[in-house]
Amino acid sequence: MSEILRQTRIDGKLVLRTETAPADARLVDDFTPRLIDVGAHHLCPGCGEPIAMRSVLEIIDELGATDRAIGVFGIGCYTAFSNNLDCEVAQALHGRAPPVATGIKRVHPNAVVFTIQGDGDMANEGLQEVLHTAARGERVTCVMLNNGVFGETGGHITATTVIGQRTKNTLDGRDGRKDGYPIRVSDLIAQLDGASFVARCTVNTAGNVANARRMIQRAFQHQIDDIGFSFVEILTMCPTGWFIDTAEAPGYLTEHLAATHQLGVVKDTRA
Amino acid sequence: MKARLMEGSEAIAEAMVAAGCRFFAGYPMTPFTEVLEHMARLLPAVGGTCINAESELEAIGMAWGAAAAGVRAATGSTGQGLSLMQESIAEASTAGLPLVILNMARAQGDYFQATRGGGHGDYRTPVLAPIDLPEAVRLAQLAFHLADTWRNPVVFFGDYYLAHTYQSVGVTPLDFGPLPQKNWALDGSTSGTGRARLVSPLGDLKQRDGVGFDLADFYLRQADKLTTMIDGVQPLAETSGCEDAEVIVTAFGSPAKYIRAAVDALRADGRSVGYFRPITLFPFPAAALRQATASAGHVLVYENNLGQMIDDVRLALLGSADIRFIGGLSLDSSGFGIAPDLDVALLTERIRRSLDSAARAR
Repeated sequence: MSEILRQTRIDGKLVLRTETAPADARLVDDFTPRLIDVGAHHLCPGCGEPIAMRSVLEIIDELGATDRAIGVFGIGCYTAFSNNLDCEVAQALHGRAPPVATGIKRVHPNAVVFTIQGDGDMANEGLQEVLHTAARGERVTCVMLNNGVFGETGGHITATTVIGQRTKNTLDGRDGRKDGYPIRVSDLIAQLDGASFVARCTVNTAGNVANARRMIQRAFQHQIDDIGFSFVEILTMCPTGWFIDTAEAPGYLTEHLAATHQLGVVKDTRA
Repeated sequence: MKARLMEGSEAIAEAMVAAGCRFFAGYPMTPFTEVLEHMARLLPAVGGTCINAESELEAIGMAWGAAAAGVRAATGSTGQGLSLMQESIAEASTAGLPLVILNMARAQGDYFQATRGGGHGDYRTPVLAPIDLPEAVRLAQLAFHLADTWRNPVVFFGDYYLAHTYQSVGVTPLDFGPLPQKNWALDGSTSGTGRARLVSPLGDLKQRDGVGFDLADFYLRQADKLTTMIDGVQPLAETSGCEDAEVIVTAFGSPAKYIRAAVDALRADGRSVGYFRPITLFPFPAAALRQATASAGHVLVYENNLGQMIDDVRLALLGSADIRFIGGLSLDSSGFGIAPDLDVALLTERIRRSLDSAARAR
């Protein structure tokens, strides 16, 4: 490890060099699941979406579903992943991923079909779509990456923004009386009989990533076993959209986002 | 299939199934509802799926997914419902999705909606407008062929009369020739192979190709496809008695039936009048109209609206003839566009008056 963390000065600045790993160290590439084409992405430092995306792809590979996986992407920062994954993707319009996933799943019932949407895409633009898809019990897995903000537009209020959260159009923090109250999407979906697995997790600590992976695994298992509609809400860090330092984002998520959108399995008909 | 007495909506549904349509989604709205009902009955029997979607947005989203998954898929609606679908129609064109969209209109006020589209960006959709059931059965099948040929949405433009008229008609699968392979369609099999497919209105290039989102390249390729499609779709028209006529009457869809009968009656009466009907509303059969009106100084346009197709007639003729509008709004109390002036005697008189006035003008 000492070699990895070897310090160098470049132009007087202290830089951590990481290109000289010891022989027994495992590199990022060693963990890259089969469904990733190119690891590089243009998302901001500290963003939770790449961790969430990667967790989904790792689980698909671990379940042996790689050669029958089809993703349907909404519109948000994560849309960038549609062109660096080695996974078949249908790009949907903003809010419309669940019906597109429905069409694909009905045509290819043996495919493992999932959607990736943000809270703006799913809870603002397309809440009706995901609710009806859940109510119909479509055998698809919908994943909502919830950071409580329109990250791609630059930090605006969404339907899941928590009370007090500052955004570009709630500068003094979200005020329920003025700006309305956050929707707890997982709790809403859990009420529907067509939904068999609903969980909320996050990727802000190593332990939480491990928990998130378990929940994602259970969600996909519900689809593969033909049990019902499955849903995973993943709380992700967005230091850029939260206007805080990158290193503060995991803590901010726990204190603010997760205080309203509480972590845990909300529903599992098999439990 | 042997000919049998069928309502138009059933004939359209039978024709779509004969064309290999295996996915249909829709939200009820008359006169689209009737086609949806027949698809719900017919598709399960052939291993297909019909979903009564919770909104028009979801209906076209489902059809989008099914088309991306490689099966022949269709949706549709009436006026308002199609207004809701415009964003998806526009982007489905850019994404290269072969969708068939039924525009089962009330009257003819949705000519612009069908031929121009209300969506964003540079896109066009071929539009086929049958006059009766045998033609509807043919065009419903041609719509799928064109959609697959050009990887673009194709609009089938029907109306209340077409959906509700009973006629004896036979539905047999038609072969319009070879089609490109759907090697772009999604089934999951290319995931993890290093060449996973992407169906997207943002382009199908990936970072592995060294480009990623190269929208300029993608949009230029799409623009090229659009131009080739507009040149490549054969414009269709029906003409009668145009060779020597001084006046040509144009109309489309079911109302054209009444105009055709009125023109026939006037010709039997010795009047110098011809009939022209565009079958493809887009691309508009401009060259055929120019040919049909070569000897005519006057063109009368009948539409069950305030005058929309007349723009295409003007664009086709570019001032080479005197063009007059003889249509009007459908003000029937049902709201279904059952025009009270769809009456051959009434239209014959209206055309006769126009002929007299045109003769005086000469």
